[in-house]
Amino acid sequence: MTPTLMFGLELAYWQETIIKVLLGLVALLLLTGGVVYLYLFKFVSFMQSRLGPMEAGPYGSLQLLAEVGKWLQKEDIATEKADRFVFRLAPAIVLASTFVLFAVIPAGPTAVVSDLGTGIYFVLAMSSLSVLGILMAGWASANKYALLGALRAAGQLIAYELPLVLAVVGVVIAAGSLNLQDIVAAQASGEIFGWDGIGNPFILTQIVGFTIFMIAVQAELTQSPFDMPIAESELVAGYQVEYSGIRFLIYFIAEFATAVAFAAIASTLFLGGWALPTAWGLGDGVMHVVGPIVISAKAVLLVGVVFWVRFTLPRFREDQLQTLAWKFLIPISLANIVATGVLKVVF
Amino acid sequence: MAKPQVPGIVKGLGITLKTAVETMFPDGPLKPPAPSKGAATVQYPHEKEEPAPRARGVIALKEDNCTACMLCARECPDWCIYIEAHKTLAPPRREGGKPRSVNALDRFDIDFSLCMYCGICVEVCPFEALFWSPEFEYSEVKIQDLLHDKSRLDQWMHTVPDFEPLEAGSEVKVKKVPR
Repeated sequence: MTPTLMFGLELAYWQETIIKVLLGLVALLLLTGGVVYLYLFKFVSFMQSRLGPMEAGPYGSLQLLAEVGKWLQKEDIATEKADRFVFRLAPAIVLASTFVLFAVIPAGPTAVVSDLGTGIYFVLAMSSLSVLGILMAGWASANKYALLGALRAAGQLIAYELPLVLAVVGVVIAAGSLNLQDIVAAQASGEIFGWDGIGNPFILTQIVGFTIFMIAVQAELTQSPFDMPIAESELVAGYQVEYSGIRFLIYFIAEFATAVAFAAIASTLFLGGWALPTAWGLGDGVMHVVGPIVISAKAVLLVGVVFWVRFTLPRFREDQLQTLAWKFLIPISLANIVATGVLKVVF
Repeated sequence: MAKPQVPGIVKGLGITLKTAVETMFPDGPLKPPAPSKGAATVQYPHEKEEPAPRARGVIALKEDNCTACMLCARECPDWCIYIEAHKTLAPPRREGGKPRSVNALDRFDIDFSLCMYCGICVEVCPFEALFWSPEFEYSEVKIQDLLHDKSRLDQWMHTVPDFEPLEAGSEVKVKKVPR
């Protein structure tokens, strides 16, 4: 990330990559842990007029460590007829599909593990990998509930992948690039009818796209009201039902890390990413430090919205869930693309 | 086809956000946050909630009133009351009278691991020997320790609250708690 430029050190490519990956992992785990404490433990409790964890550490701030410690101690069980190899591989695939998302999210002028030319395309492709892990988990568990949950998850993730991609297309048209750094730059240097005080975050012009993107993200994360795959009242815990201990924990880490990743992507696409408006005249030197803070704040805020919706709304029925995707979100996002394209040509 | 219910969704989001803000800032949004005050719950081991006076916490026994009639043991749906007694002679009521034949309790146990707190035993007791007490802190590490004997049941007698006088015009006699 920044050390190469800030200290003027010459690092080999592999050294630089290791530093970037380690810093990325630390940022990922810190953000995920913070989000879990902030929203899953505290904000939700306040929404239900209770306090949440209060015993471990001041105001329960070490609760997450206690939970992880508890899960690590648990026995790692697999069912007798489970396909052991696939069963054990599945959580790793889900986790990996989450971690690679962080590789392309820019957090500063140079703070990105891999600045791909087709960054957003990579993100959308990799985020659909988790379906594979979930299907593997459901099939290898040798359990009817797990299989049903996995198939529901597959149907849901495929249905909501489309509005997700189509909502992003609007931004790509507006920015004229698939590269996330270019999209950030387009928003930072944009102007609203000649006024460049806040740049031109695409949430203003792409508010329809942003709404569809957030709804699709909610479904991609299988957060309530889209949590049919793990619907506990009918499927016990869906594809997670046979998992215990560390592997069960990995699904949870992946779930919340994906929430952070998608929130960071949404803030990159729609809220201006790490950049502050060019008109404010902050140089690259300042942005190396401020950029990661800005994107983290935006991402945490958006995760808050996801959790707020999650803990407010009851679960959709399966047919309602598919109806919303195919009959409402996809037509609207297609219309949004047409409108964006026409306006792009006209102006 | 179900239409997306947008106003209802926004309303629901408003309710949860309002509750969250009220819990975090019970004194108003400009005062420092005080969630422990705003929350509807209490932090149990540190602070205790006063149970309602007629809460069904535990069943208390007034041993002197019990005649070992066995009504409670027989009505108990779980068969969790164990009574043993023997016949004995009590001193006469009047000077020069005949000694009375009474039942003396040897054993009166309630197995609270079986009890389902239906209160039928309290209802059927004709001699005002069984009462509901709001006491609730009697958990045990081992399940067999939940079988409480008559001396333990008697200790809960002092926690039994007095019955509230019934509404005016009620013809039901107000029970008195024997002290």
